Amino acid sequence: MSALPPYATTGQRIWYYSFRVICGLIFFFLIAPIVVIIPLSFNAQDFFTFTPEMLRLDPEGFSLKHYRNFFGDSSWQSAMWNSLKIAPMATLVSVTFGTLAAIGLSQPHVPFRRAIMAVLISPMIVPLIISAAGMYFFYSRIGLQGTYLGVVLAHAALGIPFVIITVTATLVGFDRSLTRAAANMGADPVTTFFRVQMPLILPGVISGGLFAFITSFDEVVVVLFVGSASQKTLPWQMFIGLREQISPTILAVATILVAISIALLTTVELLRRRSERLRGMSPS
Amino acid sequence: MADASNVDAFVEFERVQKSYDGENLVVKDLNLTMPKGEFLTMLGPSGSGKTTCLMMLAGFETATHGDIRLGGTSINNIPPHKRGIGMVFQNYALFPHMTIAENLSFPLEVRKIGKSEREAKVKRALDMVEMGAFGGRRPSQLSGGQQQRVALARALVFEPELVLMDEPLGALDKQLREKMQFEITHLAHQLGITTVYVTHDQTEALTMSDRVAVFDDGRIQQIAPPDQLYESPENSFVAQFIGENNTLEGTVKEINNGIALVQLDDGELIDCKPVNVSKPGERTRVSIRPERVEYNRERLQEGVHTLKAEVLEFIYMGDIFRTRLRVAGNDEFIIKTRNAPDQVRLQPGQQIEIGWLPEDCRALDA
Repeated sequence: MSALPPYATTGQRIWYYSFRVICGLIFFFLIAPIVVIIPLSFNAQDFFTFTPEMLRLDPEGFSLKHYRNFFGDSSWQSAMWNSLKIAPMATLVSVTFGTLAAIGLSQPHVPFRRAIMAVLISPMIVPLIISAAGMYFFYSRIGLQGTYLGVVLAHAALGIPFVIITVTATLVGFDRSLTRAAANMGADPVTTFFRVQMPLILPGVISGGLFAFITSFDEVVVVLFVGSASQKTLPWQMFIGLREQISPTILAVATILVAISIALLTTVELLRRRSERLRGMSPS
Repeated sequence: MADASNVDAFVEFERVQKSYDGENLVVKDLNLTMPKGEFLTMLGPSGSGKTTCLMMLAGFETATHGDIRLGGTSINNIPPHKRGIGMVFQNYALFPHMTIAENLSFPLEVRKIGKSEREAKVKRALDMVEMGAFGGRRPSQLSGGQQQRVALARALVFEPELVLMDEPLGALDKQLREKMQFEITHLAHQLGITTVYVTHDQTEALTMSDRVAVFDDGRIQQIAPPDQLYESPENSFVAQFIGENNTLEGTVKEINNGIALVQLDDGELIDCKPVNVSKPGERTRVSIRPERVEYNRERLQEGVHTLKAEVLEFIYMGDIFRTRLRVAGNDEFIIKTRNAPDQVRLQPGQQIEIGWLPEDCRALDA
């Protein structure tokens, strides 16, 4: 935003500064609860509050014991491995089917496109508890309840809408004559897809995949319904931790998750910028 | 080359019809035969069906009815990627994520051609369009004219026998367009490829083609070499669409010895060549090219019918003079005269008499 022009009126000056204050408040409101968690996770005591030592910035007040606890405790470790087994698979399934669905639904000749799109997007709109309950009853009937595959499929269903939305947005800018050109030069539809279409919609696929991954990685409601003890994920374990023994280990886990999310977002954004630059689409 | 009947037909459309919605025919009963090596232009206003024909030939649209043959075999049931036809798209359709060399290499890779041969062919094709130094660039780093050359090279690199071009010069400025028109025709003839070129620009069609097919309303209105098309249009649409044209309306009085006497609507009589009028009493539209109209009495032949005209506007255009006249109630009658030393410059308001050779004045359908 540019600086105030010399001819700005008093009203404009007031708005100029109050606008910045409002923006600052919004950021504070969004970030503060997350930022507070990070120092608290280094607490030397088993409390959720800042101790006097911490406030004095006394090194005695800080420790890594909650992190040690997380990496040493078998139930936390198995929860982490469960999350790491479920989220990538759910992402893979979401990306594959979401991308295919987005491409299919972008063809003008497909009948009932809007209705199909609405159904596929619905897991995003329907309250999670309803989807979870529905999945529980459905998966119980077909023997998927309490299985690894069941949790992966349930999370994939939650992730697909994100992939569909991001890929559809990328496809809007996709030039259909490119696929025609490829066909004209002798490439069959499969080659055309992998050599021409896929590289060009990749930024959308990656963003969608990231959202799908984080959805699965953060999800607690559906996994409570569809999973069993052997699919206990990190958020589930955190939920139990909150209910049963309020331990700052949860804060250590939360800090790790925040760090992972930031790292993922940064990597993906860098990848996306690179591929956009390759496509020559980015103005900068 | 106009007479294709004694040459082996390479591209054939036989009674082809196309409808997108099942009700309205976009292409109505199209018949077309092209010999090998011909440069044919499909010319017409938008919505005339010319692009649809090109798309059917490329395989991106299917004919609702009729047969399209390439080298004697029907290609109706062959998918686009097995037709082996090169194509230059309107927006070039270069792959933005590949370099220029990779773009050209693509059709060779899918044909499983070895690396060294591929590189040699890519280099030759790029050199052909004078883009040899640009192989490592990406399409977004090239100007419109350069992208156009690359698109052309990519359509030719796998040595197709037939190349289709869909308004390839539409996005270029006038000067570049004229240069590319020349280069494309030159290349096509040099390589002996058969070319189908679609455009709505009649100058392009006239300067580039061996034959031009004028499309309107889903039909070919006339298919002829450029000079015939311009000088002997067979109907009012073609006369009006190709070049500048003056139209006068009237009724046929008599037809004698290949000359039709036409009474214009204001009562004056003129001599015409009957083209698609056959008997007295028929309504007709008479077409005369602006440069074939003469107002210098001494140059007019004895005994021709002349018309009175009033000069409305005189425009000096450098090489030619363009004069707008009122003739037989038509205020938009244009004549063009060469800027020669002895040429008379007409003044607005001046009353003159104009005339022409009967064979330059064509009595067409009303």
